[in-house]
Amino acid sequence: MSDLLAALNSLRERLKEIPQADERRLQELKTEFLGRKSGALTDILKSLPALDPEKRRTIGGAANVLKRELEDAIAQRELELKRGATSLAAVDLTMPGRRQWRGGVHIVTQIVDEICDIFKELGFTRVVGPEAETERYNFYALNFPKDHPALDAQDSFYLGGDVLLRTHNSPVQIRTLEAYPPPIRIVVPGRCYRRDPFDASHSPVFEQIEGLAVDEGITFVDFKATLATFVRRIFSPTTKVRFRPSFFPFTEPSAEMDVQCQICGGSGCAACKQTGWMEILGSGMVHPAVLENCNVDSEKYTGFAWGMGPERIAMLRHGIPDIRLFFDSDVRFLEQFI
Amino acid sequence: MIVSRRWLETLLSRSLEGKDVADRLARQVAPVDAVVPIHQDLRDVLIARVLEVKQHPNADRLSLCQVDAGGGAALEVVCGAPNVQAGKTYPFAPVGATLPGGGGLKLERRKIRGVESNGMLCSAKELGLGVDHAGILELDTQAPPGTPFLEAIPVADDQIVIDVSANRPDLLCHKGVARELAVSLGGTVKLPPLPTPPPPKAPVRGKDRGAVDGVEVRVEDPEGAPRYMIAVIRGVKVQPTPAWLANRLQSVGQRSINNIVDATNYILFEVNQPLHAFDLARLRGPAVVVRRAKPSEKIVTLDGVERKLTPEMTVICDAERPTIVAGVMGSAESEVSESTTDVVLEAAYFQPTRIRRTRRALGVSSESSYRFERGIDMLGMPEALGRAIDLIRAVAGGEIREAPLDIWPEPQQPRSVFLREARVAHLLGVPVPRKEIERLLSAVGFVVAPREERMAVQVPGWRPDVTREVDLIEEVARLKGYDTFPDELRPYRPTTVPEAPSEITLHHVREHLVRSGSGLLEARTLPLGPADGPDAVPVQNPLSAEEAHLRSRLLPGLLRRVEHNWSVGERDVRLFEVGTVFKKAPAGARPEEELHLGIVLTGARHPQHWSDGASGERAKLPDMDIWDLKQHFELAVGVAAPFCAVQPAPDGAGWVAAKEDATGEVWGAATPLEADAPKWAAPLYGLEIKIAVGQPALFRYQPLPTQPPVVRDLSLVLPAGVTAAAVADVLRREGGSLLERLEMLDEYRGPGLPAATRGVTWRCTFRAPDRTLTEQETNAALDKMLRAAEATLDVRRRSA
Repeated sequence: MSDLLAALNSLRERLKEIPQADERRLQELKTEFLGRKSGALTDILKSLPALDPEKRRTIGGAANVLKRELEDAIAQRELELKRGATSLAAVDLTMPGRRQWRGGVHIVTQIVDEICDIFKELGFTRVVGPEAETERYNFYALNFPKDHPALDAQDSFYLGGDVLLRTHNSPVQIRTLEAYPPPIRIVVPGRCYRRDPFDASHSPVFEQIEGLAVDEGITFVDFKATLATFVRRIFSPTTKVRFRPSFFPFTEPSAEMDVQCQICGGSGCAACKQTGWMEILGSGMVHPAVLENCNVDSEKYTGFAWGMGPERIAMLRHGIPDIRLFFDSDVRFLEQFI
Repeated sequence: MIVSRRWLETLLSRSLEGKDVADRLARQVAPVDAVVPIHQDLRDVLIARVLEVKQHPNADRLSLCQVDAGGGAALEVVCGAPNVQAGKTYPFAPVGATLPGGGGLKLERRKIRGVESNGMLCSAKELGLGVDHAGILELDTQAPPGTPFLEAIPVADDQIVIDVSANRPDLLCHKGVARELAVSLGGTVKLPPLPTPPPPKAPVRGKDRGAVDGVEVRVEDPEGAPRYMIAVIRGVKVQPTPAWLANRLQSVGQRSINNIVDATNYILFEVNQPLHAFDLARLRGPAVVVRRAKPSEKIVTLDGVERKLTPEMTVICDAERPTIVAGVMGSAESEVSESTTDVVLEAAYFQPTRIRRTRRALGVSSESSYRFERGIDMLGMPEALGRAIDLIRAVAGGEIREAPLDIWPEPQQPRSVFLREARVAHLLGVPVPRKEIERLLSAVGFVVAPREERMAVQVPGWRPDVTREVDLIEEVARLKGYDTFPDELRPYRPTTVPEAPSEITLHHVREHLVRSGSGLLEARTLPLGPADGPDAVPVQNPLSAEEAHLRSRLLPGLLRRVEHNWSVGERDVRLFEVGTVFKKAPAGARPEEELHLGIVLTGARHPQHWSDGASGERAKLPDMDIWDLKQHFELAVGVAAPFCAVQPAPDGAGWVAAKEDATGEVWGAATPLEADAPKWAAPLYGLEIKIAVGQPALFRYQPLPTQPPVVRDLSLVLPAGVTAAAVADVLRREGGSLLERLEMLDEYRGPGLPAATRGVTWRCTFRAPDRTLTEQETNAALDKMLRAAEATLDVRRRSA
């Protein structure tokens, strides 16, 4: 009996080995102590029936207590090992972690959203209109004279009769002026179509963001301020802008807005044709004829409007050399902007 | 429009710098596309003085010159020109110089008839400066020998390429551009005087007909030609153009033809009056008749093409036939040639839209049609014609026997537009004093007269674009300089226009898909392509047959994008697109536009990770299958058309999304797709659904459970023809409110089951909101579910 007690005691002594054991050692200890066939403690428990009842009780009780302790200690250590697996020196921590596919919206969508959000802060709501339009909305209500060379820059895809794919988002100016009273402040994102064959900087289909503000007392100063604020937000607070004369039938005065070249910073390079400036949008004060065509009092109300190409802005800002990349939907391209 | 810097310098009597001109024009007038230096190919040519001329020992017609080209020792140069003289100065190309027009060829030292020549004395033609090849170019310069030719002689020029907008015909000539430059530079514009006898008599007015020097003139189409002037110049000598005139035209990219034609072109580029000179001898009658063309009348134009005319076009005829398509192009028959001695000179104002329609119908345009189409200065015609006559007489001789004829049935006065000082401030946001307004406007030719509270502004004839007050305000802003206006933000009132619901919906759809975690990338495909269905809307004037229809579906375009990705070796492609599709509408109406969502999926479900398996076991990585397709379809339907249910397609080819109402209207479909796939590609799946614009569903709070669940797995044997959905429906119905959740765990077919049946295991989660469920309650619920399944679908529990 004292042999058995001594055996139990020496086993108990070995309890302290368990918290230090690594995975392999722990398995060995488990087998050594508790193995079904020849575990040390298993053997002791197997020998119990041969003892007299008194001894059986004493030794059996002690053996069972030890068994629980061993089992608890082993379970505890197993848990520790499982939890701490990665902290082990055995693992090469430079191995790559698990990956998931990443999704994202198109860079042009991102730019459109960013632009519209900037204008939202300046009080403009986002509205849309149909892509197939009539000549009235696309041209004549916008003060394009019939049979005028101004139409040459707007080479259009016709669908039959006077229906065409809109060449700009400006028809939505007309639709909005017809439907809502001033004050009007809107931005209009959407697709436009022109009969330009694909090349690095032209696409027969492109995105445009049109804007319109009409109210009493809107002036050329408000117009400049709003667009200059936009540019400083989308590029940088120190970006220089300039406005210069231009011509659009639906604005008067008309202006193009240039920003300091984003590639050379204004010192002149091939991208800006040595001028230091890059054209970014066409704009102007709303032509009174446009207001009159929509039955808005042009003596009382004034406004400004502009149109810009988000693709061009994305190209300038992100250094994308070819507009066709936007339409290729090459996943290697799309993944660069998420 | 190309203008020559040097031409502008002549008009402004001052020197200019190309870049500075470009900048001033861009800021105040019109954008400049480029400043192109010309004659840069003469940069190697030097000024040289001939010191001594001797006869060439071996050739009668050659001389041997000692030339000082600034290099110290005199050079021996062989020269073939008869006019070479000692003591005079000539352009000299030293050995090693790149010669103009020589395709980059370098001049070499070579022997001419046995004597080595160390360079070349050049003629005007050799320098590309004219046609005179008779002798070398004698220079009148004080510059010392060795000075670069371009520094000493003012031939270097810049072509300034101006992007003139459609409303500013006045900028299509040097005088107009100089007028604008004078505003920012100061000074005035003065046309260079011509060495010519006193000007001809003032033109004689005619109502609709008249005669000049034996030529009968009739205008039968005053609508097409509101003002029409004819002069006859007799006794001209047609010959090559003098160098100064040829150079002027060359500087704006025009080829020299002969002295008469060049003179008319010069006036075109100087004052923007297109002119036509024709040979009186070839004019039958002699008469000039301006009329509409007759139906199916024909003319062979200058370019040798026979063109069919219509009554929409104005033609200039002689007594018998059309000789000119008015304002667009003349015919070879009527042109001035070397034998011409008497010239009929036409200056006209042709109606702009008539010219535009004509040149579009004929598919031909010219410098003249470009200008007529935009509107020339009707009031400035007599002056321009007078100057043209002077120039022709200066370069070709001849005389005017009778004053020109001016047929102008409805003479016009200069237009007046009123301008209010207050309105200028009202629109521009900054007051501009009346004096300043007057100064700016009169600088570009407006005549301002005070008239009570406003100004009466007389518009010059060269500004057809200025018709109302706002046009004058633009002039004020432009001439003052847009940059001089402040740009501080001022308060504004909020808009009355609400945000477009479709934009909110599309944003929601995009966000939802991107956040779904399956790695969907947004594509933007071309809405133009081949016909993709019976409803596809054809484009009448497509760029190509492959892009001749508007899309009526998104999937064909997305499929092409997958093929593109395969072509660059990408196997894992997950794209989505939201966008407009078009459906045919009745003729003449706008097509219907719908918003669609499309998704294409192919490739691995997850990216490879090193822990997934040993190298070389890549094939083990699961590719997306029809169940991924169904997952994405459910995702898409849930966000795009939440009122639809995903159902097996009636043809068994995939799934459809059908409206959950009596109509059962189908909004979308999901199927495996056929494509032109490389061998290594994974199966391809696609789905498309119409997007319903509306508010996204509002989530309502569900109380969190406070009672423990009871979970039981249920393995059932489904006979052939019984769908999982049918069983689940029964189980849910019978499970009632206690059955919180029903999840499918697996499907089994094979040994141990009767033929044609399958085993499906569901995990049932039971919970009561207010108490812990007892064993008996759970068993009772399960029993009820099982009994109903057995009774209605012959589905039994699978024995262990």
